Amino acid sequence: MQMQRLLLSTYFLFSPERRTANMAASGGRTVGSFLWKCGNCCFNFNTVSSNLTRQVLSRQLCVSAVLHRKNLAAAGPEKFSEEFIKKQVEEFNIGKRHLANMMGEDPETFTQGDINRSIAYLFPSGLFDKKAKPLMKHPDEDTFTKALAVEKHQDRLRGKDLFTQDAKQISLVGSRWLLKEELEELLVETISEHDYARFIQLMERLLSLPYCSVEEDFVQRYRRQLEIQSSKQQVQPLQYDQHGVAYSTGDGRRKTATGTVLLRDSGSGSISINGTNYVHYFPVLQDREQLMFPLHFMGVLGRFDMQCSVSGGGHSSQAGALRLAISRAMLSFLSEGQVETMRQAGLLTPDPRIKERKKPGQEGARRKFTWKKR
Amino acid sequence: MLFNRSLPAPARPSSITTLDGSDSEYVDNYKYLGVWLDCKLSFQTHIKHLQSKIKSRISFLFCNKASFTYAAKHTLVKLTPSITVPSVLSPKPHILPTTACQSEQHLGQYYTVPPSHFHTVFPHGLPPRYQQQVKTFNEGCVMVRQPALELISHLKRADYSKPTLRYLLYGVKGSGKTMSLCHTVHYCSTQGWLVLHIPDAHLWVKNCKELLPSSYHASRFDQPIQASNWLRNFRTTNEHFLSKIKLRQRYVWTKRESTEEGRPLGELVDMGVSRVKSSSDVVGAVLKELRLQAGGTEGGFRLAVAVDGVNGLWGRTTLKKEDKSPVAPEELTLVHNLRKMINNDWCGGAVIATLSQTGSLYAPSSAYLPQELLGEEGFDSMDPFVPVPVSLYSEKEFESCYLYYLDRHWLQHPHSQTEEGKKELIFLSNRNPSVLERLCAFL
Repeated sequence: MQMQRLLLSTYFLFSPERRTANMAASGGRTVGSFLWKCGNCCFNFNTVSSNLTRQVLSRQLCVSAVLHRKNLAAAGPEKFSEEFIKKQVEEFNIGKRHLANMMGEDPETFTQGDINRSIAYLFPSGLFDKKAKPLMKHPDEDTFTKALAVEKHQDRLRGKDLFTQDAKQISLVGSRWLLKEELEELLVETISEHDYARFIQLMERLLSLPYCSVEEDFVQRYRRQLEIQSSKQQVQPLQYDQHGVAYSTGDGRRKTATGTVLLRDSGSGSISINGTNYVHYFPVLQDREQLMFPLHFMGVLGRFDMQCSVSGGGHSSQAGALRLAISRAMLSFLSEGQVETMRQAGLLTPDPRIKERKKPGQEGARRKFTWKKR
Repeated sequence: MLFNRSLPAPARPSSITTLDGSDSEYVDNYKYLGVWLDCKLSFQTHIKHLQSKIKSRISFLFCNKASFTYAAKHTLVKLTPSITVPSVLSPKPHILPTTACQSEQHLGQYYTVPPSHFHTVFPHGLPPRYQQQVKTFNEGCVMVRQPALELISHLKRADYSKPTLRYLLYGVKGSGKTMSLCHTVHYCSTQGWLVLHIPDAHLWVKNCKELLPSSYHASRFDQPIQASNWLRNFRTTNEHFLSKIKLRQRYVWTKRESTEEGRPLGELVDMGVSRVKSSSDVVGAVLKELRLQAGGTEGGFRLAVAVDGVNGLWGRTTLKKEDKSPVAPEELTLVHNLRKMINNDWCGGAVIATLSQTGSLYAPSSAYLPQELLGEEGFDSMDPFVPVPVSLYSEKEFESCYLYYLDRHWLQHPHSQTEEGKKELIFLSNRNPSVLERLCAFL
C-alpha cells in the first residue's frame, strides 16, 4: 500500500517532468536524484506517520523539491571529485531500482537495455539526434572520463612546473590583418565576405586565449606591418643667408590657392603677404587664426619673420594654403618628434577637398531642381 | 652666519664648533635688535619682512579692489612699497593731475578724463567704440602716446602772432588718430582755448537727405540738419565763450530778421539752432567771426580747429543734384566755409586735422598717406603742414593696454592672463589698437 502510494506520487511528480523533458544526458541523473530525494523524503515521512493523504504527501514533496532546487543553485559549480562520482553512481543504482519497480520488473535483473527501453517509453522524444534524447547511463561510462583526463593532465603539468603564470602577449602594434584580397592571394582561391569575417573572428578568438604566444609564428603569417607615416616626410635642410640667419621656404596649396612662404629665424613675428601687412590682407579673424595655428602649436610665436606670397582662390583657401606652407617651412627647424606631432595634428596633410562637379539634371552638385507637383 | 659682500658665495662650513665644544647652527638670516641681518649685508630680508607685515594688515583692501574706482586704486598702489607691487595693480596706468603736466615719462600710461569734462568737451568726436567702452567701464581713460604729446608740445611752443600752423595726423587704419586728436582737444579745452571740433568731415559730403539751394549764393547748397546738429554741439562745448565774443558785423537773414553788430555770439548760435533753414549760413558767419577775432589783442582767445577726416573736404561727394549730376564739395556751403577756416590766412590759433580712410569715399582701403588720401587739390591747400605720424602700439604701450584690460576685468578668459595668451593677442592684432580692442571684446 505504501509502495503503491509512493509510485502514484512519483508518477505525479514525473508527469510535469515528462512534459518539459528536453533534457540531455543529465536527464537521467536528475530523474535519479529526484527519485532518490523523494524516496528519502518518503522514507522520512513513513517514519512519522502512515495515515496522511496523498495531497499532503505531494505538498511535502513539492516543498522539499523546491528547497533542494534552491540548494543546488547555491552550492556552486560541481567539482568532478571522487566523492561526487561515487554519489552519482549510488544515485544511478537507486534510480535503476525505482525504474524497475515502476515498470513492474525485477530490480535485480534490470539490464542497461531494459533501462533504455523504459526511458524511451516513459519519456517519448520527438528529437532526431540520438544524443539529444533523454538517457540514463552508468556514470562511469563516458560521462566524466574526458573531464577527469583533462584534470589529470593539468595536475601533471603543475607537478612539472609547466603552468607558468607569465603569459607572453603577441605584440600586434604596428601591424594589421591581411586584407581579403591578400588572403585570397595566399590561399589561391576566392573567399566570400562571410568567410573572411569568420576568419578574422576566429583569429581574434585565438588571440584572446591564454598562451597564444606559443602560436605566434602562425598568427604573424596572417599579419602585415604598417609603414611609419612620418618617415615619408621630406625635411629639407636649413639654409643660411649672408648674415648667418637661418631661413627656409615652403609652399602649400588648398582648393586652387597656392602660397609660398619664406621663414626667417630670429625675427620679431612680422608677417607680410604680397607686400602688405597680414592684418590688412586678412581682415577676418579666422584667417589670421589659421596663420597662427602652426606657430602657436609649436610654441614659436614671436620667433620667425615671414614673407608670404599667395594667389588664387578666396580668402579662406589662401589662408589654408599659407598654413600648409608655413608648416612645411617650419619642418627644417624642428626635431623628429615634433615633426611627428605636427603630422598627427594634421598640419602637414594637404586638404584634398575641392569643389564638387555640377551634375546634369541638377541645379548644383547636390541641389536638385525645385520639385513641382504638376 | 658668514658675512660676505663679494659676488661668489663662499661654501658653507660643514660644522661649527664653539670654544666650549658644542655645535652651533649655520643660518642665512638672523633677527637681532629689531633688524633682520643678511649674509650679503643688504636690507632685502628686512624689507621683505616689513612688506609681508604691511600686506597682512591691508590685505582686506586688495580683496575688495574691484569695488574701488581707478583713482582710489592708485592711491592704494602708492601706499605699497615700490619694490614689490602686486602685478594686477602695477602702476603702468597712473593718474596724472592735468593734461598740461604730461610729459615723456608718462608715455604708455593712462590718464582719466574727469567725468564733468566728458559731456562738455566731447559731446561728439569720440570714436563710437570708445564711447561704448567709456559707458562699460564707467570711466574714460586715455593712453598718453607719442603723437599727442608731440602735438601738445608744438602747441605750447608755437608763436600765435604768426599765421596758423596746420598739423596733420596720419597713420594706418585703427592706429589711434582720432584718439590722439581727442587728447589734444581735451588739452586745448583745459587750457581755455575755444575749440571748433568737427567730428567727421565725411558726414557733410554723404548721406544728406535734404539739400537746399543756398539763399546767400546761388550755385551753392545748404545742409540744414547737419549744420544745426553741429551748432548744437558747438554750443555745448564752448558755453562760456558765447557771451564774451561780440559780433563785428551785421548779418541780415531775411527781410525782417537780422543780427546787429555787437550782439553776443551766443545769440547767433541760438538763432542758427532754432531756425534750421539758415543754419548753414549761421555756421559760415560763426566761422568768419571767430577767424577775425581769434588773434585779437583785446579779449583774445586762442582758437583750435580740430577736423577729423579732413580728406573728405576735397575729393568727391555722393550727393546729387535734382538733375542727377554729382555735387562737387565746394558747392556745399559748409565745406566751402570750412576750407576757408583751414587756410592759414588768420592767426591766433592752430588747425589740427586727421586723415581718415574709414569713412572716405572712393579711396582704396590700403591708402593712408597724406598724398594718397588728400589728393592733389587737398594736398596743395593743406601744404605747408606739420605731419604727425601715428604708429601702432609699441611693446610698452601694448603692455599697458593689456594690463588695463586685465585690470578692468575686460579679459575674462583665464588663458588670456597667461604669457601664451598675450603672445596670441600680439599675433592676432599685430599691436593695432582698434583690432586689439575688437579682439578683446570677445574675451
